[in-house]
Amino acid sequence: MGHTLVEKIIGNKVGHEVKPGDIVTVPVDWCMIDDIMVPFAVQKFQEMGFAKVAKPDSVVLIYDHFLPATQVDDTRHFRVGDEFAEKYGIKNIHRTDGICHQLMTEAGYVKPGDIAFGTDSHTVTYGCVGAFATGIGYTEMAGILGTGELWVRVPESIKVEINGKLPKNVMSKDVILRIIGDLTASGATYQSIEFTGSTIDEMSIASRMTMSNMAVEAGAKCGLFTPDEKTCEYCNIPFDDSVKALNADEDAVYSKVLKYDAKDFVPVLACPSLVDNIHPVAEAKGTKVDQVFLGSCTNGRLEDLQTAAAILKGKHVAPFVKMIVTPASRKIYRQALSDGTLQTLSDAGCIITTPGCGLCCGRGGGILSDDEVVVATNNRNFLGRMGTSKVKIYLASPATAAATAIAGTITEA
Amino acid sequence: MFKAKIWKLGDDIDTDIILPTEYLAYETVEKMKPYAFSPLRPDLAAKIQPGDMIVAGHNFGCGSSREQAPEVVKALGVSCIVAKSYARIFFRNAINNGLLLIEQPDLYDEVSEGDVAEVFTGEEIKVNGKSYPIASLPDNLLEILEAGGLVKAMRKKNGLA
Repeated sequence: MGHTLVEKIIGNKVGHEVKPGDIVTVPVDWCMIDDIMVPFAVQKFQEMGFAKVAKPDSVVLIYDHFLPATQVDDTRHFRVGDEFAEKYGIKNIHRTDGICHQLMTEAGYVKPGDIAFGTDSHTVTYGCVGAFATGIGYTEMAGILGTGELWVRVPESIKVEINGKLPKNVMSKDVILRIIGDLTASGATYQSIEFTGSTIDEMSIASRMTMSNMAVEAGAKCGLFTPDEKTCEYCNIPFDDSVKALNADEDAVYSKVLKYDAKDFVPVLACPSLVDNIHPVAEAKGTKVDQVFLGSCTNGRLEDLQTAAAILKGKHVAPFVKMIVTPASRKIYRQALSDGTLQTLSDAGCIITTPGCGLCCGRGGGILSDDEVVVATNNRNFLGRMGTSKVKIYLASPATAAATAIAGTITEA
Repeated sequence: MFKAKIWKLGDDIDTDIILPTEYLAYETVEKMKPYAFSPLRPDLAAKIQPGDMIVAGHNFGCGSSREQAPEVVKALGVSCIVAKSYARIFFRNAINNGLLLIEQPDLYDEVSEGDVAEVFTGEEIKVNGKSYPIASLPDNLLEILEAGGLVKAMRKKNGLA
């Protein structure tokens, strides 16, 4: 019997074949701890009584949710993180470089075949390079800090195969939203999603990241892409036999297979207040919006900003709309600065903020209040996520977000 | 066996509902307690009494990895959660904090808020004269739960009391 991609990644690490349902202890290549969770992980680590961090070079601390700080208690998190890093010899700290899930691959940490855990649910993003990566709580993170390993249950896998060419202005965001709508918010719980097919092969790494990032919104443990030449170029590694071996067998067994023809996708929205409440943009056309948010670990990358800029070029955001643009990292910010993307967005009336999680987690500037409507490119539209529980959050692609900002009402690009 | 009064919630109770982001950075879980479930039911945290149980539908605890969510539920004194299914991170976090989670497909649809349940751990739950079978947890999780959570299990491993 053949193996799925996740079975191969885990099997390689533990040194023997594994099958779904097996409970195995895996060595951990990367631990990502974000600023919100730092003090809690440190406290649990101390309570557990460890004398040292097992693998300091595998630990990456990233300050992103609370940056720049908006509440007086937030800076405690940076202080605790810095002290912990100093005391235990952790050298990988990013204090102002951008969102954790962007940096873990962009800054060269996670590579194909790696196993990574992070204190944030969108750790699944690193599946974009063929790594087994998932979110955990701070107590488990404290345990990994001390032991360098964690138990996992080998997941079943769902295969999502998409072939053909996507229609113009349908982005990978529309694709993953549709898939979540079809699977439902719990349809992939405890499972691995493997994305495959010619449409996926054609996608940029950035577009794949949008999809792996949102795998968790269907409950998945991870969302994986088979590493290819593009992946290796992005990760700055050779496309050698060890990478080529990270590929599901033809006779691998899946719990479910979803097949799509790319031409059938249309621009969609996740309507309030569930990520699987998916409707074509056309159905909500005309809904007046107060704010548009372009950013986050889902859609704050250069191609997302460029797509929005191409739509906004020579036009202006509607007078009653605040459009907030938050690049996912400093690198992306600088690229968008030098290629003129930020100039175009600024000319169109966008508010451009520093890289970070920003409004996505309701901590950055742009909080909304009762009955206001926001179209946002991030990954969650839960009650109260961006202000009061009566804010209506619609999730959309960068193209839909830009077109909506110009019209002031929900609009297809 | 323990008895518990039921508080009933729906499907897809996400972690932003269990504890919104704005309260995550409070230094202690005691300070977070009044805000548990506030986006959905602002009065619920004050009403929950130690020993009560939460009954919910599918996908309880979906969303973020914030461990403050199960911690705050545990701190409210909730004895256990009985749901049709759980999101995976919440499931692990709850066990690691010594909070008992029970998967049961039928109970949710047949009980009302305020009913009192009798829980026989690993065996069954009785409500309104009807019995609902429940499974036991895998051994490695039971060990963590019985140690009182992962911190205590790790302390034991490190030779500490």
